[in-house]
Amino acid sequence: MKESEPILKVNNLFASTDDLPILKGVSINVYPGEIHAIMGRNGCGKSTFSKIIAGHPSYNITEGEINFLGTNVTSLEPEERAQAGIFLGFQYPIEIPGVSNLEFLRVSTNARRKFLKKEELDTFDFEDLVKEKLEIVKMDSAFLSRSVNQGFSGGEKKRNEILQMALLEPKIAILDETDSGLDIDALRIVASGIKKISNNKMGIILITHYQRLLDEIKPDYVHVMSDGQIIKTGGSDLALELEKNGYEWTDNFVKEK
Amino acid sequence: MVNENLVKNVVKETYKYGFVTDIETEKISKGLNEDIIRLISTKKEEPEYLLNFRLNAFKKWQQMKEPNWAELGYDAINYQDIIYYSAPKQKEKISSLDEVDPKLLETFDKLGIPLTEQKKLTNVAVDAVFDSVSIATTFREELAQHGVIFCSISEAVKNHSDLIEKYLGSVVPVTDNYFAALNSAVFSDGSFVYIPKGVKCPMDLSSYFRINSGDSGQFERTLIIAEESSSVSYLEGCTAPMFDTNTLHAAVVELIALDDASIKYSTVQNWYAGNEEGVGGIFNFVTKRGKCLGKRSKISWSQVETGSAITWKYPSCLLLGEESIGEFYSVALTNNLQQADTGTKMIHIGPKTKSTIVSKGISAGNSKNSYRGLVRMGTKAIGAKNYSQCDSMLIGDQASANTFPYITSQQQNSEIEHEASTCRISEDQLFYLQSRGIEFEEAISMMVSGFCRDVFNQLPMEFAAEADKLLALKLEGSVG
Repeated sequence: MKESEPILKVNNLFASTDDLPILKGVSINVYPGEIHAIMGRNGCGKSTFSKIIAGHPSYNITEGEINFLGTNVTSLEPEERAQAGIFLGFQYPIEIPGVSNLEFLRVSTNARRKFLKKEELDTFDFEDLVKEKLEIVKMDSAFLSRSVNQGFSGGEKKRNEILQMALLEPKIAILDETDSGLDIDALRIVASGIKKISNNKMGIILITHYQRLLDEIKPDYVHVMSDGQIIKTGGSDLALELEKNGYEWTDNFVKEK
Repeated sequence: MVNENLVKNVVKETYKYGFVTDIETEKISKGLNEDIIRLISTKKEEPEYLLNFRLNAFKKWQQMKEPNWAELGYDAINYQDIIYYSAPKQKEKISSLDEVDPKLLETFDKLGIPLTEQKKLTNVAVDAVFDSVSIATTFREELAQHGVIFCSISEAVKNHSDLIEKYLGSVVPVTDNYFAALNSAVFSDGSFVYIPKGVKCPMDLSSYFRINSGDSGQFERTLIIAEESSSVSYLEGCTAPMFDTNTLHAAVVELIALDDASIKYSTVQNWYAGNEEGVGGIFNFVTKRGKCLGKRSKISWSQVETGSAITWKYPSCLLLGEESIGEFYSVALTNNLQQADTGTKMIHIGPKTKSTIVSKGISAGNSKNSYRGLVRMGTKAIGAKNYSQCDSMLIGDQASANTFPYITSQQQNSEIEHEASTCRISEDQLFYLQSRGIEFEEAISMMVSGFCRDVFNQLPMEFAAEADKLLALKLEGSVG
């Protein structure tokens, strides 16, 4: 029995794109302080799941609902969800030429602060805040004056994502393959950043293929996704078993179902 | 697609300058013939050389054909259905601003250009042109102390006839093109600037052009002369009411820079663009050209073109003086059914001349936006250099963007560099910004101003802020 209400409650979610079904009945509950991991083969629907939670316009929800802090957010715009505290860390962060990273971070942070009825920050106050947060991901302030993600290496883009998470202080963070394309040092920096930001009032969903991220950030629950469904849920040792046996091992779960 | 519709809504234009000032005007009858030209000249009490200039231009114009190489689509203009002179009625001789009709002052107030002594902008002198006439020029005495002449061209004809006779038509000859010939025949008013030798103009100068009548054309003429080692920054703004008919605007601007002189000419063009179905709007056929006559002289054009149903405009530089410099920085935004064909001509004649072209075209809706530019290296342009960069941005999937660079070189020892790119605001970029809490409209506007930054950096500070706001406004609308 859990004492508090879940932050995120996804209930029997079906979604499709261009009439092609992608999610086929996904349910997941994330309570404050919990870390969940979703694992599965390429194309199983993990990334799509994260985009749908964030409100990507290319997908239609055909059944079920997404409940966030007690409200059905299924029909909200992506920016409304973000302002309310849903954060998606992109697998492939998008480059926006001409838009300065600093200005982007400031506008974004202020949109969230406005929602929280906190005072919006001017350029000077924001620079102080962002310098403090740069420490978390060991980023150089030179990145602030460049265009958003433009010319950033894979690792720099991922660190920029975690910087955004640190600034926005979300209630739920869904991190889509944040570990992909990182070398061991960068992985440690990103993982330690996530741990520093996390607290017992927020939930985290890590989407990953590999155990190595979960060695750094130990999940409370591991879900295995296949063909748009969660086919097995377990503790952190489920990930270790997956690592040992490979995804072929999970094919039997589908049969069990 | 959900986002397609959103984009359409967002780029819906709101035009806040569309009001008409209810004022008694003096108009002559419609049509164009020698008598009309004589009438305009008489009304303006012009000397004979100017009447002859007009009549000669009219004769040439009659032999010329309206150009159609830009392949702009519009119904034929009936030149006999236009009123060529329209002026607000006011007292014969106005000695101070207090005598200007309050309705006119109010109009310019509403446009953000206060003219009265108490309210006037403190760091910029303004010449306010209403339909065919200049109604007021601020800071004239202050400028006169520095020897700077800033007045309407009609006044310059009366008081500085030698300069007019020497320079009028010296950069844009009467026969240059169809619309320049028409303007030379019927031009009504405009601004005149003279900066004497060695003077850095102590403040920015600006003209604000307001079309008020629906059935008259606007044909203003601007002439700026910068003597040796002088410099000036000149700004130009324009708006018009919303009419469902098209109004013809055919202006000519001539700039002359002598040794070591520099002229910076910035425009924010926001004429009424017509409605979503393409009804109404200004036909903007403009000839702007600067002559870098002296050594190390410099002429820099920057423009933000957001209005007009049709824009046909190529601010150019004739680089004669050794080591003279020409620059062209442009942002052109088209929406709905607007058509813009704009660019520049950099004609390198003297040795070691340099030119820079940066053009940013943004097309939304069903609009058509083309860059058309010519870079020519003449036989004596030894060591001359040009750099051109032409970028296009598409919003939605119905708009079109074209780039037509024309390059000719008769001098082996010269360099021409051209870069071009086209991008589209992608759904992924929008989603990325939105997923960070940034509103859809703001996301588009952030990307557009990011795209234009290289050009905005060239604008005078206050203008840059205004241009940014203007673009955001043009892209504003009801989401969802």
